[in-house]
Amino acid sequence: MNVTPDLDARFRAAALGEGIVDVRFDLVDSPVGPLYVAATERGVCRISFSPEHGEASVVHDFGARILRAPLDEVRRELDEYFDGRRQAFDLALDLRVAPFYADVLRELATVPYGSTTTYGTLARQAGRPSAARAVGTVMNRNPVPIVLPCHRVVGANGALTGYAGGLEVKRRLLQLEGASLL
Amino acid sequence: MGNVAQAPVPPFERFYLAHRDEVLAYLRRLLGPRAEDAWQETFLRALRAYGRLQHGRHLRAWVFTIATNVAMDDLRAKRPEPLTEATEPSVELGHDAFRELEHLTDGLPPTERAAVVLRYGYDLPYAQIADALGSSEEAARAAASSGVRRLRRTHERHT
Repeated sequence: MNVTPDLDARFRAAALGEGIVDVRFDLVDSPVGPLYVAATERGVCRISFSPEHGEASVVHDFGARILRAPLDEVRRELDEYFDGRRQAFDLALDLRVAPFYADVLRELATVPYGSTTTYGTLARQAGRPSAARAVGTVMNRNPVPIVLPCHRVVGANGALTGYAGGLEVKRRLLQLEGASLL
Repeated sequence: MGNVAQAPVPPFERFYLAHRDEVLAYLRRLLGPRAEDAWQETFLRALRAYGRLQHGRHLRAWVFTIATNVAMDDLRAKRPEPLTEATEPSVELGHDAFRELEHLTDGLPPTERAAVVLRYGYDLPYAQIADALGSSEEAARAAASSGVRRLRRTHERHT
């Protein structure tokens, strides 16, 4: 007497069609583990290496009307990136962040594939030269890692220093891109 | 605020996965083959209201309330409620007795049917059945009791 896949699909389609879902999410397999990806009507709002953290932060920022539904475009671009066939993402983003975060993330988006920059450089580019430490915090809370490439930001001495997905993931992403590492 | 922190509203997806099967089973008990449309309407109503929830307590009773409302609209359109009977001493049913009589519940008037199924099929307390029926707790108890008496009469006629 359980809900059939067909009935489930009809409900999800009706809910999405009615516009009463604030955020749809999906889990995307990747070489660095399953990724929690979420999007609003406006664009991708969250990528997380931890489904639990991703879900909790989406509820916090966007509310609880969250439904699982395929995010085909996000999945396709991530697959292409991990296959080495994509160097930049064309996805629309929906980042509801404070102005300083927005400034830093905008600069982050310009760091080219396969290269690295430093927290201090990003701070200068965002117009806050003394805010290298705060830039580190922004990287740590980057709502859409991989798409906004915080893995390309390293310490002044070239050390990897930190990453929300763990240093091993940061190293793998940079190796995938062919970046030269210390 | 303490209660909100203790019982935050879960993401709708989790709420939906936790309750979709038992709500469909409940609606099948009330509506038979018409249950699927009512089931979808139940979860659409829940999702529309979900953003206004203040906490995550009693969500099971809440979704059964919505399902009951949807089912009542359907049942009352097909079969008007009879006048309520004079108050009689309330009767209860054991679980085994309910299983024996359950196939006869589709002969009950809508309110009695929902009250009996929620009470004996889903173990909801009368306070929550009252919420689901939009009535007082006494009225919910009386409806279930009247339904039980009616089931027993029907059962006796058939045996």
